[in-house]
Amino acid sequence: MNKIDFLVVGVGGQGTILASDVLALTGLALGHDVKKSEVHGMSQRGGSVESHVRWGDKVHSPLAEVGTVDYVISFEVLETARWANYVRPDGTVVINDQRIHPLAVSVGEAEYPSDDALLEAFHARTDKVHLLPCLAVAQELGNPRVTNIVLLGALSKLMDTEPDPWLQVIEERVPERFVKLNKQAFARGRDLVQ
Amino acid sequence: MKQLLSGNAAVALGAYHGGIRVAAAYPGTPSTEILEHYAAYPGIYAEWSPNEKVALDVAIGAAYAGANAMAVMKHVGLNVAADPLFYCSYTGVPGSLVIVTADDPGMHSSQNEQDNRNYAKFARLPMLEPSDSQEAYDFVQQAMELSHQFETPVLLRLTTRVCHSYTVVDEPTGEEALPPPPPAEPHPWPRDMRRYVMVPGNARRRHPIIEQRLRDLAAWAETTALNRVEPGDKAVGIITGGIAYQYAKEVLPGASFLKLGMSYPLPRCKIQEFAASVDQVVVVEDLDPFWEEQVRLMGVDCLGKLDGELFPLCGEFSPAVVRAGLARAGFLPPPVELPDVTGALPPLPPRPPVLCPGCPHRGVFHVLKKLKLVVFGDIGCYTLGVTPPLSIIDTCGCMGAGIGQLHGAQEAGLAERAVAVIGDSTFFHTGVPALVNTAYNKGADLVIIMDNRITAMTGHQEHPGTGYTLQREETVAIDPANIARAMGIQHVTVVNPHDIEATEAAIRAGLDAGEPAVVITQAPCALRIPPQPALVIDPERCNGCGLCLRIGCPALYRVSDDEVRINPLLCTGCTVCQQVCARQAIKLDEERNT
Repeated sequence: MNKIDFLVVGVGGQGTILASDVLALTGLALGHDVKKSEVHGMSQRGGSVESHVRWGDKVHSPLAEVGTVDYVISFEVLETARWANYVRPDGTVVINDQRIHPLAVSVGEAEYPSDDALLEAFHARTDKVHLLPCLAVAQELGNPRVTNIVLLGALSKLMDTEPDPWLQVIEERVPERFVKLNKQAFARGRDLVQ
Repeated sequence: MKQLLSGNAAVALGAYHGGIRVAAAYPGTPSTEILEHYAAYPGIYAEWSPNEKVALDVAIGAAYAGANAMAVMKHVGLNVAADPLFYCSYTGVPGSLVIVTADDPGMHSSQNEQDNRNYAKFARLPMLEPSDSQEAYDFVQQAMELSHQFETPVLLRLTTRVCHSYTVVDEPTGEEALPPPPPAEPHPWPRDMRRYVMVPGNARRRHPIIEQRLRDLAAWAETTALNRVEPGDKAVGIITGGIAYQYAKEVLPGASFLKLGMSYPLPRCKIQEFAASVDQVVVVEDLDPFWEEQVRLMGVDCLGKLDGELFPLCGEFSPAVVRAGLARAGFLPPPVELPDVTGALPPLPPRPPVLCPGCPHRGVFHVLKKLKLVVFGDIGCYTLGVTPPLSIIDTCGCMGAGIGQLHGAQEAGLAERAVAVIGDSTFFHTGVPALVNTAYNKGADLVIIMDNRITAMTGHQEHPGTGYTLQREETVAIDPANIARAMGIQHVTVVNPHDIEATEAAIRAGLDAGEPAVVITQAPCALRIPPQPALVIDPERCNGCGLCLRIGCPALYRVSDDEVRINPLLCTGCTVCQQVCARQAIKLDEERNT
């Protein structure tokens, strides 16, 4: 393997940081060199957030480049579109089917675009766009906070990887009382992908 | 053992393993987590100081007393600490002193993108700069050694992408991982007034000593492994360092590299030799042309950013920026431009950071807006009051600026009524002397201290008003109201900002006081208390007027021209919207809460 680049995007407070932590640590467990970059501070107050995660034989830059990202992992439909140019030709986009209205939309000053309008843009690059009901699955499991792990479950299947290294990292990374729930969430995420 | 650490965590671990015993800081993105990690280690002393100047003085005192010490701050924090930076350069330190400055190219969370390498040159101090977490771990210990060897404070410069990137650190384990034991005997005071008392006569003697020290450091820079030649293609030789090294290595791995781990002073001979070994030198550096200017002064012809030729002066570097520059110089083929797929997208509504649902600042801003006041702002979460629909902050310069600005504007005869707003942590940082000024100079100004009981924006750090230290010990909780009263300010009121009527009454009274006035709006940050039951909008009563939407709460959203709803997952039950609604349409969700 030369490299695999991931971009994790969403809205501050959605659990993107845990997801990118798990992603990075799984890469390390699989024997890759890994770098991860995220931004703290102002951007965490309900604003757009992104983390770059890179696996490779030797990774120099912690940031991925436009047009080269292998997997875009999105927690929110509109946010996916903001990063559309990052996905590489024939790359994979996996999206949690959730819409969080930015303030401009809430107050009626802007419109939240339709799914078709938002996701159509990707077809110039790739047909591998997966809009999955991760939040709904997490709610079925009784805790919307595991949406991130449902999403990672789906990603692990799309990457054609075995669940074990992921589950091991999840077990180490989440508080003990939530381990079982998170493992369920991961398995349900894998089931979302045929 | 290999582990994935952020640059900040690696600095903390390196400091601990290296034997740093005393560290002081004021929180500031991107540096905050360094002290949070360090404070958790056993047998050390770590503190949040009220500001960076105090933090540096504390670290200098510890180093004078023979300890290994560290002061940590964001780039603009070093402006606040610039005074001690310059005197400690003159006096030097008998222990060791590492001063960490975390710059923020791209201004992810800052008011400017100043390049603090300039402080190294300005204050005649050596500066090291890591490019990943492994180097962050190693360089903090190198900085300590250098500090010991040359009896000088050493600057360690980080940037956002080093602080907040997680990269592999191979850290020692077992015996090796333990810091050296503390000295058995307390260190005696190094009584030496000619060195530590910087009156003009003594300072005049010290100045030539530090100029010589700088020449000695430049000689050391020639041989240290921190500055490393990586031989490669002779067509292009890249002089770089910090995170820019990683970007350049990513896009042109085959080039020859001179990787500078020591940002200042530069190794003149090494640079000239490197330049002679390649056809063309390119300097790749974030922000200022700090190295490029010096390299050119050495008589080395190079490409860089001085004339805007390859790289931009403004904004953060990235692999793409470096790729574009090297392509412009012909060392890379022009980047393959994929068609811009965003062109096919509808306009995307922006998603700037916003005040959280239940934020105690919201009620205050509603009142300030209603009263049509000019608002002199400051640095903190409340700066987010500048975003629509509140759009209520008129200035934001630096920590503690608003109170002085208000006073000056009032004395100049400002036509509108005005207030200053400042957070609790910012008040302790530099607001106190500004308020002293208002009181002393009889400014009939109203200062609102928005006291949410924590340093919120940087991620909830304790401060002198919270009753807890960084290391989670109980301590005195210093009351801003008592501070104001001790200044002789008579008009001091404390009000709950979730009570809009009371807040408006307090602010009106403060404005009309005709003397220095302080209103403290006091309620904990919404992220630190359990939410109250969510509210609901009665669709029968709501006519969609949108009055409630003007407070900018993310929990409220319009569904049609004549209906607004509340997202029960986001609502914290703060009731500010309920108090704003003219039709009594907002109430407790009885179904949900019975």
